Amino acid sequence: MDSALLIHRLHFAFTVTFHYLFPQLTMGLAPLIVALKTWALRRNDETWNQAARFWARIFGINFVLGVVTGIPMEFQFGTNWAHFSRFAGGVIGQTLAMEGMFAFFLESAFLGLFLYGEKRLSRWGHWSAGVLVFVGSWLSGYFIIATDAWMQHPVGYMPGPQDVQLQSFRRLVLNPWALWQYAHNMSGAVITGAFVMTAVGAFYLLSQQHREHGRIYVKVGVVAGLICSCVQLFPTGDRQGRLVARYQPVTLAAMEALYTTQHGAPLHMIGQPDVENRKIDNPVSIPKMLSFLTYKRWNAEVQGLDAFPQQDWPQNIPLLYYSYHMMVGLGTIFIAVMALAALWLWRGCLYESKPMLWVLLLMFPFPYIANTAGWLTAEIGRQPWLVYGLLRTSEGYSRNVSAGNGMFTLLGFLGMYTLLAILFLFLIRREIEHGPES
Amino acid sequence: MPTLWFLIVALMMVAYVVLDGFDLGAGVCHFCVAHTGEERRQVLRAIGPVWDGNEVWLLAAGGTLYFAFPLLYASSFSGFYLPLMMVLWMLMGRGLAVELRSHLGSPVWRSFFDGIFVLASSLLTIFYGAALANVIRGVPLDQTGYFFEPLWTNWRVGAQTGILDWYTVLAGVVAFAALAQHGALYLVTKTQAEINLRARHFASVIWPLVLLLTLASLAATIHVQPAVLGNFQAHPVWYFIPVAVFGSLIVMAYQLRCVAADAAGAAKHEKAAFACSCVYLAGMLGGAAVGAYPEVLPARDPQYSLTIYNTATGAHGMRVGLVWWCIGIVLAAGYFVFIYRKFRGKVGAEAEGPY
Repeated sequence: MDSALLIHRLHFAFTVTFHYLFPQLTMGLAPLIVALKTWALRRNDETWNQAARFWARIFGINFVLGVVTGIPMEFQFGTNWAHFSRFAGGVIGQTLAMEGMFAFFLESAFLGLFLYGEKRLSRWGHWSAGVLVFVGSWLSGYFIIATDAWMQHPVGYMPGPQDVQLQSFRRLVLNPWALWQYAHNMSGAVITGAFVMTAVGAFYLLSQQHREHGRIYVKVGVVAGLICSCVQLFPTGDRQGRLVARYQPVTLAAMEALYTTQHGAPLHMIGQPDVENRKIDNPVSIPKMLSFLTYKRWNAEVQGLDAFPQQDWPQNIPLLYYSYHMMVGLGTIFIAVMALAALWLWRGCLYESKPMLWVLLLMFPFPYIANTAGWLTAEIGRQPWLVYGLLRTSEGYSRNVSAGNGMFTLLGFLGMYTLLAILFLFLIRREIEHGPES
Repeated sequence: MPTLWFLIVALMMVAYVVLDGFDLGAGVCHFCVAHTGEERRQVLRAIGPVWDGNEVWLLAAGGTLYFAFPLLYASSFSGFYLPLMMVLWMLMGRGLAVELRSHLGSPVWRSFFDGIFVLASSLLTIFYGAALANVIRGVPLDQTGYFFEPLWTNWRVGAQTGILDWYTVLAGVVAFAALAQHGALYLVTKTQAEINLRARHFASVIWPLVLLLTLASLAATIHVQPAVLGNFQAHPVWYFIPVAVFGSLIVMAYQLRCVAADAAGAAKHEKAAFACSCVYLAGMLGGAAVGAYPEVLPARDPQYSLTIYNTATGAHGMRVGLVWWCIGIVLAAGYFVFIYRKFRGKVGAEAEGPY
């Protein structure tokens, strides 16, 4: 691979992966904070209000990090992916500009008011500011997903000599791919929010401090976590998978490391793809399951990689395969853990069950891994295309920015983001240590 | 239609510079006007609730530029690769400094972030000035519509230009001084007592410098890029812009005197002086936009220049965009009026809010 191309890809991949660690928590926490706040106002309960304030502080720190790591994303479309921007800017520029106009203005205006303006507002005024922040952050997510969905499944455009132009705004914004991807992504974000909230609650209960808050966080987190973990699998994950099967069959074959076309294709639960010999090593499979999941028929034919020219295969099949399996495997574990915790909660013994609280505490990194793996699956699965079927990744980067300059700024971001991560962990640890009652 | 979008993007840029300009300017004069830790908190409290919203104008303007003129976005962002990356790092540093400074009580922590705030804000003003000067002067575009500029070459305005040469550095200094004054005038309207006095003094002292630099940059621009005069000569009505620039500077000086002389009506004059600074900045940028139109990125070799016509997206996209843009701008203006009203008035010493 051309080294400049590789560096520009790593540049975007690294900065966007790091960036998305923060929005997934803010988007996931936003509805939970609104729920806490609503409960506090309806029951006139100060503990729940304190809980809402505590999580708003965690939200605030994440939001700052999300903002500062988010600005480079918009810039990089132009700086590192100039040819792609020229090609597709007339279409995806719409959704990106709308994100600024409709989501960022809303969020930035009302977050300050929600975090610091409680005394300046009435009780329900403050609640409304929280709701507007929630709406802003979820709108922002939609515009980004609509942008990515267009790259996965371009619709509503008109090809020109050097670029594509918008033909149907409605089709761009209501891209079926965007709707399911959005549902899948947002429920994934709420899973992160719920697991983090549960983990902090479990930590307070295990360390015998702020017990009342600990119980609230575990309760809210487990309920939200269970609902969203299930929604993540069905219907959103299922429908997303069927879209991939329909519009990117070669991606599906690579995700499952299915090298040969077959009727009644098995689903590999475990196994290592062997790229050189075009097979899968040490598979543990469920016969005919892939056919059933994809087409709802046990003997349906599923196209393998051999049905497609090799130049259209995703280049990194092992990474794609492992990301996808990691995402699905973790998603399944989330359902199991949350179902068990919900059962304990229902029976009234969750707050005293040390082993279960330990599990809930230690689970919090895994939704981050699952969300990241999911995005890796989507973006590596789209390769070798930047805009599926229209523009190859190798044609999209800025050819006037040399590999050396790209490397310089990539290293700059690596260093800077390492410092940011340390700073972030330090500040979050402080908030958790101070607790919700300060 | 491209002309309308040129106007829209220009307006959003002006909004960004006028609004975020005072946040950056407050950063530039932070150490000069606020000496104690408590005073520095007041400076941050003056910009704290609004800086993020102000910065959104940059993102919204960038996004609008992206969809209306994709080739311009692609060409300029990749060509100005290195300075833009540095601008990103500065924007990140500024945002973190404003938001994180108050999280710890330690004086070392706070001084550290004060330093980052001043450094990042100051460099940003200089980079913005230099960036605008690069766009006015022109860049070495070739027939592909792309270019790449090194940070500097021989500091002359020749065929092989760098990001920095004597002209762009001059513009950087102009932006630095003008935004420092803008920030100081904003702080005058938002603060009381010592900080208010020092900010006023700062604005008065820097005023002659701004006047001189404005004259110098005007002369230098006409020398480096004589084409900017074309639109003014063709439509002399545009000469009201330079008149407004210098007029606002003069009224600003008068208002600053009035603040000192008329203690009862001081608040009114403070606001008037800040308004003059807004007009001044809008005039400087508006003048540049009129001078450049319809070129948006002139090439050193004029046949390769990028104009609004050869970079614009299709007509349908522009029409659709106009619909949501009008809705969006009304909403955004509404939020801004609401937020500025909620946080109106001077910030005090009492501890409310986090900054």
